Amino acid sequence: MAQSETARLIKGATGDWEVIVGLEVHAQVTSRSKLFSGASTEFGGAPNSHVSLVDAAMPGMLPVINAECIAQAVRTGLGLKAKINHRSTFDRKNYFYPDLPQGYQISQYKSPIVGEGEILVDLSHDRSIKVGIERLHLEQDAGKSLHDQSPNMSFVDLNRSGVALMEIVSKPDMRSADEAKAYVTKLRAILRYIGSCDGDMEKGNLRADVNVSVRKPGARLGTRCEIKNVNSIRFIGQAIETEARRQIAIIEDGGSIEQETRLFDPSRGETRSLRSKEEAHDYRYFPDPDLLPLEFDEAFVASLAAHLPELPDAKKARFMADYGLSSYDAGVLVAERETADYFEAAAAYGGVKRDAKAVANWIMGDLAAFANSQSFSVAETHVKPAQIADLVDLIEAKVISGKIAKDVLAIVIAEEKDAMPSAIVEKRSLKQVTDTGAIEAAVDAIIAANPDKVAQAKAKPTMLGWFVGQVMKSTGGKANPQAVNDMLKRKLDV
Amino acid sequence: MTNPTELTLAEARDAVKARKLSSLELTKAHLAAIEQGRVLNAYVTETPEKALTMASASDARLAKGEGGPLEGLPIGVKDLYATEGVHTQACSHILDKFKPAYESTVTAQLWRDGAVMLGKLNMDEFAMGSSNETSYYGPVASPWLPPNWSVEKARAALKSDKRGLLVPGGSSGGSASAVAARLCLAATASDTGGSIRQPAAFTGTVGIKPTYGRCSRYGMVAFASSLDQAGPLARTVRDAAIMLRSMAGPDPKDSTCFDGPVPDYEAAVGRSVKGRVIGVPKEYRLDGMNPEIEKLWAEGVEWMRAAGARIVDISLPNTRHALPAYYIVAPAEASSNLARYDGVRYGLREPGKDIIDLYEKTRAAGFGAEVRRRVMIGTYVLSAGYYDAYYVRAQKIRTLIKRDFERVFADGVDAILTPATPSAAFGIGEKGSGDPVEMYLNDVFTVTVNMAGLPGIATPAGLSAEGLPLGLQLIGRPFDEETLFAFGEVIEQSAGRMTLPQPWWL
Amino acid sequence: MSVDQATVRRIARLARIAVKDEELPHLQGEINAILSFVEELGAVDVSGVEPMTSVIPMKLPMREDVVSDGAIEQKVLGNAPLAEDDFFLVPKVIE
Repeated sequence: MAQSETARLIKGATGDWEVIVGLEVHAQVTSRSKLFSGASTEFGGAPNSHVSLVDAAMPGMLPVINAECIAQAVRTGLGLKAKINHRSTFDRKNYFYPDLPQGYQISQYKSPIVGEGEILVDLSHDRSIKVGIERLHLEQDAGKSLHDQSPNMSFVDLNRSGVALMEIVSKPDMRSADEAKAYVTKLRAILRYIGSCDGDMEKGNLRADVNVSVRKPGARLGTRCEIKNVNSIRFIGQAIETEARRQIAIIEDGGSIEQETRLFDPSRGETRSLRSKEEAHDYRYFPDPDLLPLEFDEAFVASLAAHLPELPDAKKARFMADYGLSSYDAGVLVAERETADYFEAAAAYGGVKRDAKAVANWIMGDLAAFANSQSFSVAETHVKPAQIADLVDLIEAKVISGKIAKDVLAIVIAEEKDAMPSAIVEKRSLKQVTDTGAIEAAVDAIIAANPDKVAQAKAKPTMLGWFVGQVMKSTGGKANPQAVNDMLKRKLDV
Repeated sequence: MTNPTELTLAEARDAVKARKLSSLELTKAHLAAIEQGRVLNAYVTETPEKALTMASASDARLAKGEGGPLEGLPIGVKDLYATEGVHTQACSHILDKFKPAYESTVTAQLWRDGAVMLGKLNMDEFAMGSSNETSYYGPVASPWLPPNWSVEKARAALKSDKRGLLVPGGSSGGSASAVAARLCLAATASDTGGSIRQPAAFTGTVGIKPTYGRCSRYGMVAFASSLDQAGPLARTVRDAAIMLRSMAGPDPKDSTCFDGPVPDYEAAVGRSVKGRVIGVPKEYRLDGMNPEIEKLWAEGVEWMRAAGARIVDISLPNTRHALPAYYIVAPAEASSNLARYDGVRYGLREPGKDIIDLYEKTRAAGFGAEVRRRVMIGTYVLSAGYYDAYYVRAQKIRTLIKRDFERVFADGVDAILTPATPSAAFGIGEKGSGDPVEMYLNDVFTVTVNMAGLPGIATPAGLSAEGLPLGLQLIGRPFDEETLFAFGEVIEQSAGRMTLPQPWWL
Repeated sequence: MSVDQATVRRIARLARIAVKDEELPHLQGEINAILSFVEELGAVDVSGVEPMTSVIPMKLPMREDVVSDGAIEQKVLGNAPLAEDDFFLVPKVIE
């Protein structure tokens, strides 16, 4: 086994264990109205205000499919490099629950709209894996029951009932919590790029059912348990780790795993069984007789493909090729489409080709730090690509040093939000001193004032740093640090 | 002046249009008849105020020379059609007090065309039944007197439990009884396995189930989605044609509704059938068949021949599998369609200690025995391990049944002539109490048509030796209801207009 | 094919219809009568036959993605057996 693979194994009492993870992700389709009704999909809303008679399952109501939801599913399938099925059917999944007004969910069981595909997942150690997609299908979301409003009653709100979901089923190709987290992160990015789902896990627009099993390497697949409705990437990781350990402990104790559905409890950091005392659900799937088979032609698919935006993998490859960025840097920038667009706007601002790596560093460093502190994305801050471009140009032209540039950005962020860095530099006389004569004068002054340190420097070359600091201080930070460094080296003979 | 209720719908239409009769007079006459005929139990809700308001509005329009194809004509509506603000329960206890805030497309079109609503008509609960005996509101009496019964005996039975009086058929029993008893000019009905055609045959009226998808199912309480169709019950073929034209049409709210124009069906009534081809399927000749029905069928063939049609013997080999396959497919779809009746959002709610208890008690209290049976059969045939053996197999047989018809139509047959029912109407309480299947056999000639999605019309063709009405059925090509009206008119002209009973129940 | 009483119980639970113990035998009989009626279908040769998926040859019609419905709380809740503050109320559901 490769070294990276053994690193994923979990150590148990009886040896190493392999974790097998598969994910079923439920992504709420971005659309104005619901899958089979014209009610709004908007988040929030007064209880039962986004509910049509169809959603409320009144007698005689019938489903009519939303064309945009179909398009979104196909677009997503294309983004997953998957097989698009020109003919698919809808099935009823029958069970009773108060937030399921019809007593069945309209889903796609036998013939989903999208078939097999794959996602390239970048892992943190500059390694990537391919995770297979089994299928993608469209289905209705259920409403919500509030259980905490009263001691004896549950309150049912059908606003979400009937909202379109894409269920994206992965193959069980993941082998660790990190791989699973990276998979969801990448899938989410693809969905956001395409615009078929906003990936907002806090709002519940993206959630995952996590399937976990364990086995000794090379052994047959173990029995899996499903952890339902995990709604954050962090929790997905925690759920996998705790569940894997739970299963390992049971097996090593001589027991066996029962296939069951579980819930992850974040407060206790463990999973608990959801299995009811009665037998498992029998969903009695059958084709929905109120809906005909869904059919479209290759021209329809082609027209959607033609209008797809550049997807993360392609954009990353282009950033590496055209801008000379490293795989890591390109990967960070393309994680969010808006950040990638921001980077390109800054890199090419004014029609000038500037140091893309420098632009990337500013965005991923100081700007990102500011954005995170505000819980924004880079593109959502008030700092414009033009301002970053200007900053990079000033450094490139040696008008200011990198250190001063940091200060200038801080001024843009906190005080002069709309000002261009060059204007700030001008106004506040922050131009760095490059005049050799002036620098020499400052250097000479410091050397003359500190003869004992000069002698020490000969023995301990790291004292150079102190001298540089002193010269910078005496010039109000404006001297070009590189020039100061070079000159001191020469004069101190170190 | 004849009682306006004696007019056919076409005659009333013409009279009202010519201002010889007002809609108000016509409506009042029907309201009076309804009051007198209340004992038949055909109506479960009467809407006299609404009717009078609508009639007045129609008269105003007619006075201006305006008006739609059904302007001012009083109609009864089967209880499974959603009528805004009016009792809509599919005659089930589980929809107790339900008044929809919406209108079905079919009835909306009737009101659009000027019709007047008299009330909601009795039916078998959730359209499951062939005699109207499963209704929560009790059985409906046919206006036909049982053979050898005196009027006194009949009146007494009407006032007590109605046992022995004739069933009007089902599930559109109220519609058929009301039309035959002249308590409305025509009625809306629905047909899943024969629920328009069988009651038509039992009551000497005309009923047509159009091609699946011809009428919208929006706002109709669903029984079996792939089989249900709306259709009219009326006293003549022409009347049925007039009604169907208003009822049919595209509807974007129903994904299974055909998006195509509606022909002028009335224009097809009386069209020559010379040279057209009638198929007579040998598989409809059952072992031990009622000889009267066989004789009537043969007579029907002769009428066709006399009218210039060519007769061919045909074979529909999978005919005998239709009824059992229907009793898998229909209950399966029903078990899912009726899951929404759970006491949560409307209708009956029985108290329960938790949600499962609430569901179980509500549905046990709310569903009658026949509905419970079918929901359970449906649940069983869809359940894990049985789905392929039952449901999938039945759907495959459905394909075979449809293919039988397609082959025959491709060979040049224009319509198929068959009996409508295996017998004349039987007595209330006479069938089904022991073996549920006994009642199902009533539909043996009609279910094939629903399984294949084809149009079928039942027309009165004669009387049995005991004086009870017998009907014949014609099955047509998809969306070729016009041919059925043309051939139906041949039967009506040849047999002579059925003389419906005079009101003995007064 | 016939069902035993345990199966009848199971079906009743799946269908969420309460069945009293004393009703079980009769219900079992009714269901078995229907099942034996449909039994003959097992002998039909359906090899190579597709199940019927749509009764008429039509394509699934689609709808434009606009908000054309909703904001009808009164209509949605108007027939509710028990409602409060525009919520439907049911006995508490234990997860």
